[in-house]
Amino acid sequence: MNVFKKSGEAYIFATALGMVITLVMVFTIVILILVKGLGFFWPADVVAFKMKIGEHYFGEVYDEKTAFLTDSDGQTIEQHQIQLKIGNRDIYGRDFIWIAENQVDKKYIPENVAVFERMEYGNFYGMIREVGSGEEVVRGQNSALIKALEAGHDKALELQEKIESTEVEIAKLNEPLNRLLREISLLEHSKTGRTEEGRGKLEAMRVRAEELSGKNRVENEKLNEYLQKLYRQNGKLYVAVEAADGRIKNIRLADVVRFYQPNQMNTFEKSGYYAAKLWEFVTGKPRESNTEGGVFPAIYGTVLMVILMSIIVVPLGVISAIYLNEYAKQGTIVRLIRLSVNNLAGVPSIVFGIFGLGFFIYMVGGSIDQIFFSSKLPEPTFGTGGIFWASLTLALLTVPVVVVATEEGILAVPQANRQGALALGATKWQTIRDIVLPNAMPGILTGLILAVSRGAGEVAPLMITGVVKLAPSLPLDLNFPFLHLDRKFMHLGFHIYDVGFQSPNVEAAKPMVYMTALLLIMIVMVLNLIAIYLRNRLRRKFKTSTF
Amino acid sequence: METLLFNKHTNETSEIENVSPVDELKDEQISVETKDLNFYYGPEAQALFLVNLRIPKKRVTAFIGPSGCGKSTLLRCFNRMNDLIPGTFIEGKVYVEGEDIYHEEMRLEVLRKKVGMVFQKSNPFPKTIFENVAYGPRIHGLKDRAQLEAIVESTLRKSALWDEVKDRLNTNALDLSGGQQQRLCIARALAVDPEILLMDEPASALDPRSTARIEDLIAELRHEYTIVIVTHNMQQASRVSDYTAFMYEGNLIEFDRTRQIFTRPSEQQTEDYITGRFG
Repeated sequence: MNVFKKSGEAYIFATALGMVITLVMVFTIVILILVKGLGFFWPADVVAFKMKIGEHYFGEVYDEKTAFLTDSDGQTIEQHQIQLKIGNRDIYGRDFIWIAENQVDKKYIPENVAVFERMEYGNFYGMIREVGSGEEVVRGQNSALIKALEAGHDKALELQEKIESTEVEIAKLNEPLNRLLREISLLEHSKTGRTEEGRGKLEAMRVRAEELSGKNRVENEKLNEYLQKLYRQNGKLYVAVEAADGRIKNIRLADVVRFYQPNQMNTFEKSGYYAAKLWEFVTGKPRESNTEGGVFPAIYGTVLMVILMSIIVVPLGVISAIYLNEYAKQGTIVRLIRLSVNNLAGVPSIVFGIFGLGFFIYMVGGSIDQIFFSSKLPEPTFGTGGIFWASLTLALLTVPVVVVATEEGILAVPQANRQGALALGATKWQTIRDIVLPNAMPGILTGLILAVSRGAGEVAPLMITGVVKLAPSLPLDLNFPFLHLDRKFMHLGFHIYDVGFQSPNVEAAKPMVYMTALLLIMIVMVLNLIAIYLRNRLRRKFKTSTF
Repeated sequence: METLLFNKHTNETSEIENVSPVDELKDEQISVETKDLNFYYGPEAQALFLVNLRIPKKRVTAFIGPSGCGKSTLLRCFNRMNDLIPGTFIEGKVYVEGEDIYHEEMRLEVLRKKVGMVFQKSNPFPKTIFENVAYGPRIHGLKDRAQLEAIVESTLRKSALWDEVKDRLNTNALDLSGGQQQRLCIARALAVDPEILLMDEPASALDPRSTARIEDLIAELRHEYTIVIVTHNMQQASRVSDYTAFMYEGNLIEFDRTRQIFTRPSEQQTEDYITGRFG
């Protein structure tokens, strides 16, 4: 016993146990996310259930559970229940139902059942009855129906593209007029509009607007006519699908994202479908209040925000650390500052968010609007949440990490190297620039890694400084000036919160939450790996003298 | 013959008969001179006591003495490296080439360009060999690549390293052996064209072969530079130096020609030390 105690076996065991528990927790969460998320896009077989009381459902089996119910005699009975995704929200009013297994009369796999992913109202499950492909209406054999459907769908997508480009054309045509009308309305409501000079100006503007609308009229009518024609053509493209209970629904092909017959697909075809869905998820735009489609704008927003944050936080943190370590007179004040910086890392992130809103957005942003964008007021430009303010807020949130890591990096620079430079007649600044900073780079990058991890996962401060549920445009695009710092943006962390807890269709959104979480973890990991790779390269370069 | 132009700030002149015990110094030009130098690591920690020393120009002067006797401290007074240690201060004067280096208008960059230093532990920068040598000239404003290359080659030749590294000037200096690194540090110090080279136990961390090469190098450089070397190794001091100063507990005990010190020391303590009776 004494030997056992002396050797510390028990403590070694405790340390091992602690590590095992941590690892198990980490792996559990990753595996849970992987399983729940990655299974989402696999096209499950559609099963038909005929119930004893006569109801008939097509659906994907989603979940199963055993419920304990109390019957009329007070006896507890076990009941096995199945959760079914029945889709067809527009006719059933809900996507998911629970059915009791002992109520099922017949369960079978209907061969020709088709699944339609739609732009709105989620999936539709049913039998294809007829396809309207423009000129003719096709009925009968499944293969013929599918062929017509495919051709019609292609045509519908083509038409949709034409409609969109025509709409853009119309908008472009009317843009100068709309801008003029806006200026007129702004002038009408301003003080200058009531002066003599202002009234004259208004009159001239009105005449000009009249001229413009007259000039555009013919072109406008022509385009609108063309648009109507396209709409009519599109209206003729439809598919009639019979739901399990016999109701027939006409679906416009333009509203169909994709369709498939899962019960006829082999594993290879399913894999292809899976890849297409995954691709759509990563590169597509969200649909159906974010519960369907992709998360590309959110990925884009997250990565861009993290990059902007890094660009702000690294110089800020490094400069502060250099001053604290190299120039400030070491004493009580510096100790206090260091303590404050460390404590800043423990301030709840929402507090930073509120600070960002109050200081950056309302004070700084409001002032910028007053000075540079006064013509647009009362509509705010920088006086409202945007990617720049969000990045700045997060930079503030993560600056303590960078300061601490940089200080450690600076302290680790061998004194001999500094003295070598100073003995050559280098000034203190030259020594810092040429010797200390390059050597402290691994430490700085460690700080960056920690800042990125913290920043990418942060949601609370972003919610009030610029993240939105659905952003109309990306903050970095091909339109001048390319980087739109004032734009609101989407963020994966907020996306998880929004889809998981704010969406009207929580059950359908659950897998989406897992997938988005998986993506967020992966992005943080990739950003970290890049930084770690850089750090290791630098470490190799700056290996310290070893003799 | 006394040809020194003495301090322009204070207009003091040296009083040769009071300061130095060595009569032969009258044939030498003086490079470094200390006057009643007291050095403190703190108000209660005096490390040097009234050191009066005149180091002749273009000669090798060795500081010997037991550990903690203040020889490194004295050496570091000559290029004010002690300033890096907070709380240190001096009393008295130190003149380098006649200039009071502790005068408040003294610019450290200028002083340290003039007084180069090689440290006990070689400390090449984690850069390429070329960059290590070129760093000094660069920070003093030389940008021309051809001139830099010329300086790198000539100083590496001076430090007897050129033949070993000429084909790999762009490899990391830390890949060199310990002895090569130390010679690189000497080259780096020479690259800014100093007048005085301070060496703080430059060979104490090297094997005998590398030590021999450093000693050869010192012998070659003695005609161009004033070299002050701190050493623990008395054989080394007797081999490489023209003059030797023996220090003990912060006091300069004896300063004379090396031959004199090692054969007929005038002080009992010196004799005890060099004959190995203590230290």
